Amino acid sequence: MFVSQFLLLAAFLFAVGVYGVLARRNAVMILMSIELILNAVNLNLLAFAVLNNAISGQTFALFVIAVAAAEVGVGLALILLIYRNRTSVDVNDLDLMRG
Amino acid sequence: MLDNAYLVPLIPAVSFVAILFFGKRIKGGQGAHWIGIPAVASSWVLSVAVLWQWIQRVEDAGGEAEHAQGASTMVDGVRALLTRVTEGAEEGHTFVGAVINTVDWWTIDGVDFQVGTLVDGLSAILLFVVSSVSLLVHVYSSEYVKGDRRYTHYFAFLSLFTASMLFFVLAENTIQMIIGWELVGVCSYVLIGHWWEEKPNADAALKAFLTNRIGDVGLMIGVVVLYWGTREAGQNTFSIDTINRLAASGEIRHLILLVGALCLTAAVMSKSGQFPLHTWLPDAMAGPTPVSALIHAATMVVAGVYMVARLYPVFYEGLSIGTSSINVLAFVGGFTALMGAALAFVHWDIKKVLAYSTISQLGYMVMALGVGAWTAAIFHLVTHAFFKAGLFLGAGSVSHAAHHTFDLREMGGLRKYMPSTYWTFLICSLALAGVFPLAGFWSKDEILVGAFRGQDNGYPLMLAFGLIVALMTAAYMFRVIYYTFHGEYRGHGVPHESPRTMTVPLWCFAGLAIVAGVVNLPAPVLEPFGLEGLAHRIETYAEPIEFLEQFDSFTVADPSLGMAILGTVMALAGIGIAYLWFWRGLGPHGLTERNRVAWHGYHFLENRYFLDHLYTGVIVGSIKGPIARATYWFNQNVIDAVVDACGTYSTRFARWLYRNIDQGVIDRTVNAGGEGAELSGAGLRKIQTGRIQQYGALLFGAAAVLAVVFVIVI
Repeated sequence: MFVSQFLLLAAFLFAVGVYGVLARRNAVMILMSIELILNAVNLNLLAFAVLNNAISGQTFALFVIAVAAAEVGVGLALILLIYRNRTSVDVNDLDLMRG
Repeated sequence: MLDNAYLVPLIPAVSFVAILFFGKRIKGGQGAHWIGIPAVASSWVLSVAVLWQWIQRVEDAGGEAEHAQGASTMVDGVRALLTRVTEGAEEGHTFVGAVINTVDWWTIDGVDFQVGTLVDGLSAILLFVVSSVSLLVHVYSSEYVKGDRRYTHYFAFLSLFTASMLFFVLAENTIQMIIGWELVGVCSYVLIGHWWEEKPNADAALKAFLTNRIGDVGLMIGVVVLYWGTREAGQNTFSIDTINRLAASGEIRHLILLVGALCLTAAVMSKSGQFPLHTWLPDAMAGPTPVSALIHAATMVVAGVYMVARLYPVFYEGLSIGTSSINVLAFVGGFTALMGAALAFVHWDIKKVLAYSTISQLGYMVMALGVGAWTAAIFHLVTHAFFKAGLFLGAGSVSHAAHHTFDLREMGGLRKYMPSTYWTFLICSLALAGVFPLAGFWSKDEILVGAFRGQDNGYPLMLAFGLIVALMTAAYMFRVIYYTFHGEYRGHGVPHESPRTMTVPLWCFAGLAIVAGVVNLPAPVLEPFGLEGLAHRIETYAEPIEFLEQFDSFTVADPSLGMAILGTVMALAGIGIAYLWFWRGLGPHGLTERNRVAWHGYHFLENRYFLDHLYTGVIVGSIKGPIARATYWFNQNVIDAVVDACGTYSTRFARWLYRNIDQGVIDRTVNAGGEGAELSGAGLRKIQTGRIQQYGALLFGAAAVLAVVFVIVI
């Protein structure tokens, strides 16, 4: 098996996602980066499921996709409301919790 | 009844409580006598029962003794009396111990304090006298104080007084005696001040109370001294019976008896109005007249006389009455009798004249006790209670009819308007003067005989006092009668006879003043009628020979005819002098205006020997100034200094505490805690940026570090 290729791809995707989350200013882009992270995890799950010849990993991946869809729905709604209030989705402006 | 004698004072006591709670509800506050009179009436019935049963008891004891000697048998009291009549009076009578019932009250250090009743001839006689006078006064009062705003209050305290006096009479021990003594004092105080809205009345009440306190101190010390006497004799008791027994048998030392008797004499001086503590009694006339009749003539003021009679062995032994020919008791009594009678001449207030007469007659009784004529003293107590109460009620009736005045100058000629009052007053006056054959004649005669014969030797000075007082008594009483009932009416308005609720008690007292003498008639008088067995009833039933039988003196001398004639001559001479002076206008009238010596004498009497000035001005004045100043100095310099020092040092200590402990230790600790929290907060604040990406960077960075650590370690 070429598990290591899948894992490397997943690690790359994860790293790209983390970079996006930490570095992008646009909230929508951050949300998309989070999708990348989730999908990197999905890849890992599938890879190990095939390796171990077990179906539970694939089931898990399905759940993750469903939950990710819901999460994006909620996240986009939040961003929409933030935009309506402040006419901006720049996360650098969202520092109301600063101590 | 002898065993349940406690019921006699209990009934008026219950009546007192009942009147207090419910009296105002009856007839709009004017019906308290509907409780008071029945209560006292039932007390009276029970007193009569006690007296009757005591007589029976003595007779039965005598009967048994005679039975043992083979003499006639006796069935009941009446037959017993009659049998004794036929047997003659000369044989000795048997002594019957008192009926004593007690319950333990409390015990401390091996001493039992008890409450109970002591019934013997003396207390039975007093029960009868007190409840009789009280009953008649209750009836009289229901008219006299009618419409008074404190009608209920008046009857409540009349009931309480009756209960207290009966309780005092039945006292089994000296502690109970003190309680009864104080209770009657309080009732006297309340009733003298019944119309306290007027200042003189309130002052009189206070004066009576405070003067009595002086004697009360003597009473308490005397009781304690006697207790120590019994303790020395190994008895540890307050029981009157035991004290008497020990005193008579000589088991208590003479010195203790002497000190005890002297202290108790001080108590007699205040309560029974003896010189020099008599000054409260004339002022006590500020109270309602029936109160004066009941409390300040017939019953409470004889408490002192009764106490001496009750503890007679103490006085007899302590003052050596049997062997001396003068002693404190006899002298104080005789002197009081003389000077009280002298004061009765100069006063214009009819009640004050009667008050001084009461002082004088109480002096007579005390003198009789002092010379050892025990029976005569009690006899005189009984007769005096009846005729003096009658005189007071007569004075009340006069004032009730004649515009509420007691001033003799505003009376006169009342004989026509109020015949009942006049005749009863005259009868009682004659009885007081000691005119044959009224009650006062017999009792006064016995006292004179007692003073003449004395015990081992006579009391000549007392006999002289007694005879002079007999003359003076007759004279001042007829002065009062002249000014009140004869001549022309000097007041205003038309006087009228009092209603029947007042005249009936008057006639009852007048009747008693006539017949009360029969209770102790001498044998020679009764001999012609074949009734000589009825002679000397008080002597037979009451004399405490049980304790003092070793003294022959206690059998009263059969009066000599000479003494009786001498006494009567004195009384008639007094009446004659008064008649000549007032009715005929003879004698040196106006002497007091012409002669300096006479004027000074009159002035001296009018101001009551300046005793009131001495007490309030000299004694009280000289004591209260320095004492007040000394107290003020003490207050300022000692008490205030202590208080100030306490305050100053407390302040200083508190200030030190504030500075060093509160500010220095506690506050600093708290502040340090606060500052620490502030500093750490300020430090942590810097990493709280509010930027979510920075948090995320930290999170992922930490996760990366952990991953590296895991990889390397594992």
